[in-house]
This record gives sequence, structure tokens and C-alpha cells, in this order.
Amino acid sequence: MRDSTRELRCGETVLLKTFFVGVVLGLVAAGGALYAIPAVDQAREASIVTVSPNGGNAEIFHINIPMDRVMVGAPEQNVAIPPGLAWPSDEILAGVRAELFKIRNTRDTVVGVAVRTAAQHEGSDIIDWVLHLPARGSLFVNMEIPPREGGYRLGEIRSGSREFGEFSGFMTERWVVNKSADEDAPTGRIELQASYIGKLEPLESVE
Amino acid sequence: MKYVVALISGLLVGAALFVVGLFLNPFIVDRGVSPLSVTDAQVITLSYATVPAESIVYTNDGESLQPPHPEKVLQLWEPSIRMTSAMATVVRDARNQVAGIGVKFMSNSESTRLLRGEAIVDSVWYVYLPEHGSMFIEQTENYFPLIREVAFPAWRSSANSWRGQWSGNLTAGPGALGTAKVSGGSGKLEGLSMEGVESMTVKAFSAETGLVSADGRLIIALP
Repeated sequence: MRDSTRELRCGETVLLKTFFVGVVLGLVAAGGALYAIPAVDQAREASIVTVSPNGGNAEIFHINIPMDRVMVGAPEQNVAIPPGLAWPSDEILAGVRAELFKIRNTRDTVVGVAVRTAAQHEGSDIIDWVLHLPARGSLFVNMEIPPREGGYRLGEIRSGSREFGEFSGFMTERWVVNKSADEDAPTGRIELQASYIGKLEPLESVE
Repeated sequence: MKYVVALISGLLVGAALFVVGLFLNPFIVDRGVSPLSVTDAQVITLSYATVPAESIVYTNDGESLQPPHPEKVLQLWEPSIRMTSAMATVVRDARNQVAGIGVKFMSNSESTRLLRGEAIVDSVWYVYLPEHGSMFIEQTENYFPLIREVAFPAWRSSANSWRGQWSGNLTAGPGALGTAKVSGGSGKLEGLSMEGVESMTVKAFSAETGLVSADGRLIIALP
């Protein structure tokens, strides 16, 4: 009787020890997993960048209209995009038109999102773009108001984040009408061509 | 067999203890007061609604905690933008008058290190204020304090919700003092390089639908 009780206690102790070993292993495994496995892994599309003949790099994006339109915010619109959109009716926003889009690379793959804002206020007009490419960074571009000959508009890269933080340069926008007869084809596309130029830095003094 | 069960139970308990320890870790502390709250510089203070239903448009992959608004907005489901959300909202000045429009893009960052208490989001704002001009705000945000002090208690609660008052700075960089980089684009702000901080006040949070009652604030220090 005494032996069987002792045996039972010994078995319980081993069981308890096994449980505590498991707890320690669980702590170590969870910590190791959190350290080794990235919590965030952004999907990346290979950038399609070409070298411009006059220096810098060029990259072309486009927006298929109407399928890539996320929002068209403007006063007194007949059709709300997206359905159910309630654009504020405040007087201060009367001259503001903001549009949200998905943007695509030249392989027609969605690579980011963008906002285009056109506004008029007391005689000063602006057209701004912000392009946001999640795995790379963002670009902020101020466009000239009058379009250039050839129907495109030119803008200056004012600022950028992460990968684009070191660049200055230009971006053009133009509307390209679709000529395809396909039923599912877009009515056209907004084409954006960014030209990146490294920021000028002073030469180090040579001794 | 019983030893295998004990080992597996131990592993699960250990992993659970690790998660609890991560959120209760006293060595992970907030950055505290924003450097802009004690600045002498002139500041622009803008407030906005952070609850998706109170914004003009809020969209994400459609499977995240916060539901898109309006319901039929195009969702960001493609692989390269699946971890991104976009929001357009009205921004108000310090007198609570409509001052302009703001658009924010937020993407989960690969620099997230939960072990160090960093749940990082790379975000940019485009803000247009008709009276001042446009600006671009670039920042990294740390949502770990919000997750630890609001979302985790909501998840633990039997009602799956949290009520209280939480205020904190979200901006964690890229400025050395944990400030955002702000670039003026047009109008009076054209060409200006500024600093900013984004903060949030949360009063109610649901573990099922995210923010229920919350306000955001942008403070931009003029040079």
C-alpha cells in the first residue's frame, strides 16, 4: 500500500516537472518565434525603373478609370463615388476636389494608392499628388496649373518618405483615352511619369 | 501519453504567459510628453475624427478590425496594398471650425518589433487648408501603447469592449525627438520644413469593430 502511494506521488512529480518544462519551452518558443519571424511582411512588386538619357531615373504609374477610383470628393456631385459618400458642404471646401485612387505599375499590377487634390481658393489654384507605395515610401508632388503643350501637366517632387526621401525631381500627369474596343476596358487612364534625381549635396573639401 | 499531454499543456501555458508578459512588461514605457507641447513656436492644431464611420471615407482590405466606410467603398485587397488603409477626413482648427481636408495613408511597417514594444505603422498625411495651403506629413507611428492599454484590455473583457480615457502620442519618428517631418507644399506653407506630432484620445473601443469613440489631433510647429 505504502509502495503504491509512493509510486503515485513520484508519477505526479514527474508529470508536474514535465508540465513546467513545457511552460519554459513555451516561453522560449514564443520569444524565439517573435524574434525570428517578422510580424509584418509587406508584399513587394519589383520596381520598373528606367534610366533617363539626361540623368535620373524614370518610373511610370497609371490609374485605370473608372475601376481604380476609390473616392471622388467634390461638392454637388450627381453620382457619389463611393456610393453613400457624404462630402462636407462647408463653404471653405467649396472649391476643393479630392480623389483617391489605386495606382498601377506598367505591368498593370496595383502597387499603391494615391490622392490627387485640385483646389481653388481666393484666386490661388493648386493641384497636388501624394503617391503611397507601402513597401517603398511616398511622394508629394505639386503640379503646375496650366497644362504643357502635348496635353500633359508637369509637377515638382516637393518631398518624399523612406526610399523617396533622398530624391528630388519631377512628375508628369496626362490623360490617355482608351482605344480598345473590349467591353471591360477602362474609359482611359491617368498616366504619371516620375523622374527621380538625387538631391544635390555640397562636395567635400579635398585636402 | 499523459506526459505528452502535460508537455503540450505546459507549452501552451508558457506561450500564453509570454503574450501576457509582453503586454504587461513594465520595462516598455511610453515616450511621454510630446516635445511640441512645450515648444515656443507658433503651432497649427488640427483635430479630426478617427472613428471610420465619422470620416468621409475609410478603406482597408475589408478583413481588418475596422470596417470600411461607406460600406461599398473600393477595398484595398491587392497583395501590395493589403496591409494599407486610407482615410479622408475633415480637419478642424482649434475653434472646432472646418479648416480643410486631410487624407491619411497608413501601412504596417516591417520595422515592427513587438519584443521591444514597437507596433510600427508608416504613415503619411496630405492636408489641404484653404486658408494656409497644403502640406505633407511623413511619420512612423507606434501603436503598441494603444494596443497594450486599450485593445488588449478590451479583448480580455467579457463584453469585448473598453471604456475609459486614453490619450497618447502616436508619432514616433522620423525626427530624433519622436516628431514627424512636415513639408509645406503651397500657399503660406510653401517651402516650409516643419515638425509635427499626431496624438489620439480614445474613450471607447470594441474588440470586434475597433475604435468606437476617439479623436485625433495633429500639432504642426511652424518654423
